[in-house]
Amino acid sequence: MLSFIMALVAGAVRLSTPFLFVSLGETITEKSGRINLGLEGILVFGALSGFGASYLSGSALIGVVAAGIGGALLGAIHGWLCGRPGTSSIAVGIAMMVFGLGISFYLGKPLIQPKAPQLPDIDLGWWATSPAVRAALRINLLFVLGLLMAPFLRWAFRSTRYGLIVRMAGENAQAARAAGYSVECVRLLATMAGGALGGIGGSFLSLYYPGAWTEGLSSGQGLMAVALVIFARWDPMRCLWASLIFGAAGSLGVALQSIGISQGFHLFNAAPAMLTLIIMTASSSTSGNSGRPRELTVFS
Amino acid sequence: MDFAIETVSLGMRFGDFIALEDVSIRFRPGTVHALLGENGAGKSTLVKCLIGYQKPSSGQFIVLNKEADFASPRQAHEAGLGMVYQHFTLAEQMTVAENFLLVRDPIPLVVDWPKEKQRLSEFMNAMPFKLDIDTPVSQLSAGEKQKLEILKELFFERRILILDEPTSVLTPQEADEVLGLLRKMATETGLLVILITHKFREVSGWCDMVSVLRKGRHVGTVAVAESDNQRLAAMMVGDNEDAGQSAKATPNSGHTSDKTAGLSITDLILDTDRGRRLDKLNLTLSGGEILGIAGISGNGQRELVEILSGIHAHYQGAIRISGAVFNGSRKQLRVLGLNIIPELPLQNSCVGRMSLSHNLAFRDYDLPPLSSKAGFLMLGRIEAAALDKIAEYGIRSPGPAAPIEKLSGGNIQRAVLARELRTDTKVLVLYNPCFGLDFGASAFVHAKIREARARGAAVLLISEDLDEVIGLSDRLCVISSGRIALEGDPKTLTTAEIGLHMAGHQVS
Repeated sequence: MLSFIMALVAGAVRLSTPFLFVSLGETITEKSGRINLGLEGILVFGALSGFGASYLSGSALIGVVAAGIGGALLGAIHGWLCGRPGTSSIAVGIAMMVFGLGISFYLGKPLIQPKAPQLPDIDLGWWATSPAVRAALRINLLFVLGLLMAPFLRWAFRSTRYGLIVRMAGENAQAARAAGYSVECVRLLATMAGGALGGIGGSFLSLYYPGAWTEGLSSGQGLMAVALVIFARWDPMRCLWASLIFGAAGSLGVALQSIGISQGFHLFNAAPAMLTLIIMTASSSTSGNSGRPRELTVFS
Repeated sequence: MDFAIETVSLGMRFGDFIALEDVSIRFRPGTVHALLGENGAGKSTLVKCLIGYQKPSSGQFIVLNKEADFASPRQAHEAGLGMVYQHFTLAEQMTVAENFLLVRDPIPLVVDWPKEKQRLSEFMNAMPFKLDIDTPVSQLSAGEKQKLEILKELFFERRILILDEPTSVLTPQEADEVLGLLRKMATETGLLVILITHKFREVSGWCDMVSVLRKGRHVGTVAVAESDNQRLAAMMVGDNEDAGQSAKATPNSGHTSDKTAGLSITDLILDTDRGRRLDKLNLTLSGGEILGIAGISGNGQRELVEILSGIHAHYQGAIRISGAVFNGSRKQLRVLGLNIIPELPLQNSCVGRMSLSHNLAFRDYDLPPLSSKAGFLMLGRIEAAALDKIAEYGIRSPGPAAPIEKLSGGNIQRAVLARELRTDTKVLVLYNPCFGLDFGASAFVHAKIREARARGAAVLLISEDLDEVIGLSDRLCVISSGRIALEGDPKTLTTAEIGLHMAGHQVS
């Protein structure tokens, strides 16, 4: 039983990081009153830019920075397109998702074989004797960063000028304009910030786990993160807990295998997808709307 | 200082259209000064000039003894002018305290919440009305939101406060409370309050001075104490308008009572995904009677109209029209003579891009004479029928082929009346029929409603304009939380009593 729980915790920590970054990024974007459905594309594009930069520079940290820049770039395109009059952010988002995936696969062909420097671990389990515990406590740098980012964002939304302006743009665009802020500019920057975090989440995939560039790298984490944000009621701390739940659900198959249950392995691996379906259905009813930024009209 | 604001022959033109002409008004500090006028009289234009949204095309104005030339609302704010808009400018998901902070310029880079909250609490304690600063705005009532809007302006120590129809979303009690407090602040602190309104009750109850505008011109400024509603109404509509007479056109008494026509609703319940909207609503209505339903919007009025239009299929309870069980089908509406004029008729009962003549034919395009027996539309007859109605109802339009959305609000309302008011109308349902209409158009609609009653129709008038309900109805009901909270004679019920039930207070 202990090894099952340890495997589940380790899996939650390992698999939750991309969910966490993408959902935090989407929270920033949606708080400003815009939805970005193209995050799957941004995630994969971030994974590619991160892997490529790490391979070329020899530094995984440069890879992470490049992934953030790559994500912000796609976010800027999305934000700019959505700012044009008469465009639908849903249609633009889907187009950007396809675009992000396509351009990543195209640019990534030469990177399928090589190996790039990987992100380092922080070994918090050095004291333990059990290898399972040690494995579970070997924690990635990006996870720690995400762990700090969630409370930071929650504080920033409440107590900083920029957090309050982003929320005002998402709550009442008219009021924000009357107060002299450019709603378009706020949303563009929020979409870019969201894209940067999504890109960093992608670099985790190519630079840590699974740790290579392949075309099947993402299994829809970018899309599931949109559901996750609704589940988290647009609260960064709830994003953290929700990401951990999604991560744990994703490692259910592996954890069961570790205690000798291998029946239904692939079924359990599909748990995050089922979780998404359940959450989307449940939250499409009224209760899921609490906390929804009022300008975010696609959910009403 | 004699005057807080003085406008000197202010004028505003948009192309050939004259929105304001030679308007000179003096506003004294320490008073509540009403701006009264019909829609389009120039009230909003005047105020937009004062607050810096637009520059007047001629004339000037002086604010607190300085000639003002505001390029933006921000400059007007710096000069001590504040404005409360008709629509809330609040961030719903944020707390009262956060909403105060959002209008600070600039917002502090990092907010020191304990200090800010203490400052706000001290400010609240000095104010005549108080709000809990940690409550999210979405949990405030409409009255509290309006108070928050006013407090936000007072927080900046404005010397002049302009309010654009601030009571349109409030119950009479809330309106009286807010206006009373504003008047108190004006007399105590020397604040000038400029109140845009079309409600005489508010002018006579809470204002010191009133300026009347008509067609962009300043008709006159009088002290409220030296005037009365009749004189103000005459100033508002002028002498050549026929608006006043329709109020007396058809007296209540002497109408024929048709016992077969009527509407009865028993224990009507409607559950939606937003909760229970109608909760055991009961009402009966017979021919030759106007039953007025007053209430604050969102208490089930829209759902009731939707059910009677046949939009909702899943409701509980019984609806009978002239004895027959209601099923909402198009055929039944026609056979039983049920006609409905929903709120915002352009959105709810017209197809904006279709022509005026087609919109006028929606009820009977599929019957002879507008259709042939084989089912083909007789376009010539449809247009001829439209021309008749356009003449009869005085619909001003570019022509029967123009898309109906190009018409003004008043003319769209006339068109919908022309379609829905038929000689065989037995039951007529109206919801906010005069919303957004000017005085003349409202009077026309009211006259038509009285005509329908005189013909023996049962009229259900659902309106959020209390004056309209009291003025027209033979019997008055108050709807609150999806049920009838009060029923009585509009002549004997007091406004206080009605308002109390509108607000949902249980009276033992």
